[in-house]
Amino acid sequence: MKNKYSIFSLIKNAFSQHENWKQAWGNPEPKKEYEAVIVGGGGHGLATAYYLAKKHNMKNIAVLEKGWIGGGNTGRNTTIIRSNYLWDASAGLYDHALKIWENLSQELNYNIMFSQRGVMNLAHNLQDVRDLKRRTHANRLNGIDAVWLDTKQVKEFCPIINISQDIRYPVLGGTLQRRAGTARHDAVAWGYARGADAMGVDIIQNCEVKGIKRNGDQVEGLDTTKGFIKTKKIGVVAAGHSSVIANMAGLKLPLESKPLQALVSEPVKPIIDTVVMSNAVHAYVSQSDKGELVIGAGTDAYISYTQRGSHDVVEGTLKAILELYPIFSRMKMLRQWGGIVDICPDASPIISKTNIKGLYFNCGWGTGGFKATPGSGDLFAHTIANDEPHKLNAAFNLNRFVSGDLVDEHGAAAVAH
Amino acid sequence: MFVINCPHCGERDQSEFSCGGEAHIVRPKQPTELSDDEWAEYLFMRKNTKGVQFERWNHAHGCRKWFNMVRDTSNDKIHAVYKMGEKPPVI
Amino acid sequence: MTKYRINKTRFVDQTKTVSFTFDGKKYHGFEGDTLASALLSNGIHLIGRSFKYHRPRGIMSCGSEEPNAICQINDNTDLTEPNVRATEIELYEGLKASSQNCWPSLNFDIGGINNLISPFIPAGFYYKTFMWPKSFWKKIYEPLIRLSAGLGKSPTQPDPDIYDHKHEHCDVLVIGGGISGIISAKIAAKNNLKTILIEDKNILGGSTIYQNNKNFIIDNQKSNEWLMNEISELEKLDNLIIKTRTSLAAFHSYNYLLAKENISDHLPLDKKNGSIRQRLWKIRADKVIVAAGAIERPLIFNNNDRPGIILANSVKKYLDFYGVSTGLNNIIFTNNDSAYETAVSLFEKGISVKIVDIRKKSSSNIVKNAEDLGIKIYWNSTVVNTFGYKKIKSIEIMNLSEDGSNVTGNKHKIQCDCLSISGGWTPMVHMHTQSGGKLDFREIDQVFVPTEKSENHINVGSCNGDFELEEIVKNTNYKVKKFLNINEGGFDKISVLCSKESEKKNIWLLPNSISESKTKSFIDFQNDSTAKDIKLALREGFKSIEHVKRYTTTGMATDQGKLSNMHALGIIADTAGVKMGTLGTTTFRPPFTPLTFGAIVGRSVGKFFDIVRKTSIHEWHVQNNAKFENVGQWKRPWYYPINNENLHEAVQRESKAARDSAGILDASTLGKIDIQGSDASEFLNRVYTNAWSKLGIGKCRYGLMLNEDGMVYDDGVTTRLGENHYLMTTTTGGAANVLSKLEDYLQTEWPELDVYLTSVTDHYTTASICGPNSKKILNKLFPNKDFSDEAFPHMSYQDAIIDKIECRIMRISFTGELSYEINVESKYGKSLWENCIAAGEEYKITPYGTETMHLLRAEKGFIIVGQDTDGTMTPIDLQMDWIVSKKKYDFIGKRSLYRSDTMREDRKQLVGLLTDDPNEILEEGAQIVSELDKKPVEMIGHVTSSYFSPNLNKSIALAVVKGGKKMNGQKLFVPMENKNIKVTVSDFIFFDKENKRINA
Repeated sequence: MKNKYSIFSLIKNAFSQHENWKQAWGNPEPKKEYEAVIVGGGGHGLATAYYLAKKHNMKNIAVLEKGWIGGGNTGRNTTIIRSNYLWDASAGLYDHALKIWENLSQELNYNIMFSQRGVMNLAHNLQDVRDLKRRTHANRLNGIDAVWLDTKQVKEFCPIINISQDIRYPVLGGTLQRRAGTARHDAVAWGYARGADAMGVDIIQNCEVKGIKRNGDQVEGLDTTKGFIKTKKIGVVAAGHSSVIANMAGLKLPLESKPLQALVSEPVKPIIDTVVMSNAVHAYVSQSDKGELVIGAGTDAYISYTQRGSHDVVEGTLKAILELYPIFSRMKMLRQWGGIVDICPDASPIISKTNIKGLYFNCGWGTGGFKATPGSGDLFAHTIANDEPHKLNAAFNLNRFVSGDLVDEHGAAAVAH
Repeated sequence: MFVINCPHCGERDQSEFSCGGEAHIVRPKQPTELSDDEWAEYLFMRKNTKGVQFERWNHAHGCRKWFNMVRDTSNDKIHAVYKMGEKPPVI
Repeated sequence: MTKYRINKTRFVDQTKTVSFTFDGKKYHGFEGDTLASALLSNGIHLIGRSFKYHRPRGIMSCGSEEPNAICQINDNTDLTEPNVRATEIELYEGLKASSQNCWPSLNFDIGGINNLISPFIPAGFYYKTFMWPKSFWKKIYEPLIRLSAGLGKSPTQPDPDIYDHKHEHCDVLVIGGGISGIISAKIAAKNNLKTILIEDKNILGGSTIYQNNKNFIIDNQKSNEWLMNEISELEKLDNLIIKTRTSLAAFHSYNYLLAKENISDHLPLDKKNGSIRQRLWKIRADKVIVAAGAIERPLIFNNNDRPGIILANSVKKYLDFYGVSTGLNNIIFTNNDSAYETAVSLFEKGISVKIVDIRKKSSSNIVKNAEDLGIKIYWNSTVVNTFGYKKIKSIEIMNLSEDGSNVTGNKHKIQCDCLSISGGWTPMVHMHTQSGGKLDFREIDQVFVPTEKSENHINVGSCNGDFELEEIVKNTNYKVKKFLNINEGGFDKISVLCSKESEKKNIWLLPNSISESKTKSFIDFQNDSTAKDIKLALREGFKSIEHVKRYTTTGMATDQGKLSNMHALGIIADTAGVKMGTLGTTTFRPPFTPLTFGAIVGRSVGKFFDIVRKTSIHEWHVQNNAKFENVGQWKRPWYYPINNENLHEAVQRESKAARDSAGILDASTLGKIDIQGSDASEFLNRVYTNAWSKLGIGKCRYGLMLNEDGMVYDDGVTTRLGENHYLMTTTTGGAANVLSKLEDYLQTEWPELDVYLTSVTDHYTTASICGPNSKKILNKLFPNKDFSDEAFPHMSYQDAIIDKIECRIMRISFTGELSYEINVESKYGKSLWENCIAAGEEYKITPYGTETMHLLRAEKGFIIVGQDTDGTMTPIDLQMDWIVSKKKYDFIGKRSLYRSDTMREDRKQLVGLLTDDPNEILEEGAQIVSELDKKPVEMIGHVTSSYFSPNLNKSIALAVVKGGKKMNGQKLFVPMENKNIKVTVSDFIFFDKENKRINA
């Protein structure tokens, strides 16, 4: 049995010197066979296992993680959560996730610190304005809270932004989603792991998949560093390493894995109370509950699995940060890091069956997968359990790359005329 | 940031170059003859190799020439560069 | 001199007094002091409060590893900076420092209550609570958490300082100016290698420079004196750049390193003005020698965090380098010999000192030295508690059990005013691992040392795990010679005498007689994570070091775990019963020490944020009151208001003028690519959707370019200048990408084609004159030219001369009016433009900007790629079937047009929209529905372009609508926030559908 977490359990345990807390999740050796195996113990994988057990009553399942759970992009991202996407399919997917986020701490009995401090996207040229207004209108009609702010309202909402119209790319307005925000990334992985473990899911760390065994077009099991594991259903949620796993099954995916960098400043007292994103000049910033400015940089344009990117990219991002927030010039970067993101040509994810029976992929989240974690897990669990997609992830199939029905979230292709 | 030995110019900083992804994906000579699946394979499907990869780079802020590179994507070590049309080296 | 300034040294100039304030109170120090040494000289130990428990904290170290003594500098000024380590900042006249993370004051801090409730807030407590009731999270709990966030305060004013970048290439970069770095640099530079030596302190010499102990002798001199001579010799070398106050920030792959030089941070306020504050060196080094040194470890025992508990070697540095005593009644608590050097030094200055050593004995020279002096040593003992809330007053010690796992006997209390602690040394392997290097664990003294595999860098000195002077000197000499392939280093015959440590003992978490739950043994001092927090994490299943670190926040403070990581690992290993070497380490991420955003960005701020591209006519536009629009990097005139006109009024006037008489547009920003070669026509056939082979010389043609996935990518008019010569125009923003894409196909897919591409965008200025009177204006400009439709038809080009200047005239039109574009070399652009304006004066020629251009072309239903398309539109969707050749076997993107979903009839297609109320202007980006009441709302398209047309006297819009091709005349709705606008689908050509005006 797990401890139930609450202020009362904290007080109670204080009197036993915190000696009696149970393990949040176990450390089992793999069984010989599972009903389903999830490859990848990040947020998405753990959420998938959680919902398989909870909603589809599949409890004899395992999550295999080659390192430590939550150690990939779950623990490396800038934790932005929003659902103000342009296309109906994307809005449906991300808002499904956002609705789960809103109750997730209570559902998991684990405070994932979902902080609805709003996400504001800025426009810096006239085409940006058109694109963001288009998105705002689409959001509103899709029932997603989004409002357009003019420059003055942008300043009112986030007073430290430099709205001078004399800067190189002045702020011309922005769109705000108030329900959006951030969450504590590690806690999401840990909360799902604890929840899944409580329902009997085996979470197996330091277990790397080395091969996928097939019988004809049906999967049979996995070769791992902890031996062969038999299973008829494999859900791969391996982010940057999706192609590596796909290659084991003889598949190619429409993915490229690239380094994405992020950085935090030293912690300071609260100075920015929302999340501000600017695609045009590439600056994303928020402030964590610990006080660090959390800043997202861009991806490098080449494939790399090194979790290190070029310094140029970090420099470029901080340039943009200082353009918009000149007051941060004397702030200091405390640490920078990289993750490997798997990017689809249309910047939308894949949550799909494959032409191999029992093999499912959840990948291609690119730079923005964290926000979808609960929804992605829920829909992927549905797809695995029923061997067919939920209507919310139907559009995110692999076949779209054949038929041409892409869900292009790049927005306008170019700044033209 | 890499130092890239452009086969036309010599060693230059990575910031002068842009990457064009996996190399030796030849554009089909007769696209209309291909099935949708085959066309998608050419258009979108990639090996996305972890390890030694053959890829295309462009000396964008230099001679503007495209060339090929052999790089280990697991540690970013560059093994070789060679001109377009040249035979890929055996690594 | 103050009570604690007990010694004169050559490093602090006691004739030069410097005044500064701390928490508003004025103090004095001397030139050469750091803020920390100056505060200590005034007897100030209490500097700040810790993050979680708000415990009083003092100065613990003398360098970048300092976790506690961090201050806000120059609060409430534009030069303020949070979280500055008092141990690093050099004292300057007028420096204002204040304590952080305390309220209302450092001495009385309400947050200190957290210390009392600490049993209820163990590691990760916030994951377990603040969940009920749910509504409290947003309104109460999280605001409370955020109230306690952060340490110092962010600046609130723009930074007045300048930051600089410098690119440097060298044969050898030496990181660290201690003894091993100095030896390395000298060997390299004397062998004709271009060498750079960087040192983060203001002088070279590391810890040897104040090593005056008689047990450390090099070539018969005390080691500090020997080194002093070496430094003065080093400074004479030609091919060596020595950079002090310069710290390595990051060691990236391919020996690309970043180092930050402090240029004015140590200068008095009145001398900082206008000078560069910091410079970021971007160094590409052929070889790198890391001589980064080691940092002393603390010891982990109950209440090991009080002000006055200081690392032993730091105590020595304050004494021998700064001349400051950290206390007058010292106890040294150690597990190794190095702290005895501190003891001897204190004793020699007449300061009371006792030693507590966890070892049973040690017989090295330095220990004998201490014993001979009569210093009391408590062997086999450990500190079990300390007392004194804001400054240490006394300690309790006990004997260790035989195996060191427990304590025995009675507690023995000893008074003190300073406790110097030493838990051994940790090599600074950060640079090595940042560069991709791996580590090995060395059991004997429990350190991670670099495994040397790289051809590009080596580690020497104590960062390589060489701690004894003799091995430092000799190994450095040997390794550097080998690394640089040099025979004679100059240090081959050197003689070194030093004390050698024979007894080694390490206990990560020292035992105590009271239950662990009642202790607070700090590991990460700033973040307040304790040994019991780590054990709690392990009990709760957080097994990986990364999990423990994240759950307890150990190692995540501003010192990035420099003092805490090893102990965290050690305690995890001990608790889990595994060998430390098997646990691995956490990743050491750049930067080594926090790096200002300003230094990273350098001069690329303000107007240097991004280049500004201006046409040769730009100044004229400015003089004529143009408002500009950013298009990519270009500044384009947006509109030219007269007499306070707003955008709408100006555009209405400009648009009317262009159709009624004449308008002129600066079209220079459009991308221009010169295409030559015998296969140029074939090349165009392959890259555009339409056919080019039959285009006559002197003719122009509009082309549409697709991506390989069939979506519209770019468009523009291309002119055939000669048999094998074309001039292509592209969109303004797309120019660079188009050229790059064309080069890609040319070089990689079709190398057999004889085609050469050259970007000529900046070479030509283009003035576009349109309107019914444009021909007359052209006639005035080119009186010898025949502009009749027969001689110079639409979609053709001719060379011409104006004022002896050669130019090309294209008769092409993006407005639907009779229109000519005149191209001249850019240097003549402004004069051409002025000639056009002068010639057009009698026709009231009106300059117009991009907004009017957009309006005029929208009246004609011409698309703008990027505005009416978004990367998801095929030419068929745009109702431009006419431009897609059915005959051509192939062109870029063709195959993709025939996929099942790109052929669907119900794709979004370009249409015109007319509002039922002709004065209602739709919002660009607004969505379109066919049924208002349908739930969920089904959006069938959106408005891409929308204007009030002065020429049609009604509102017009372009839109893309699902199945729009077949919807002409259909009523649709544009649902806005406060109203639903009724619209009717129309032809997207609103004006002059018969194209009469082009030949008017």
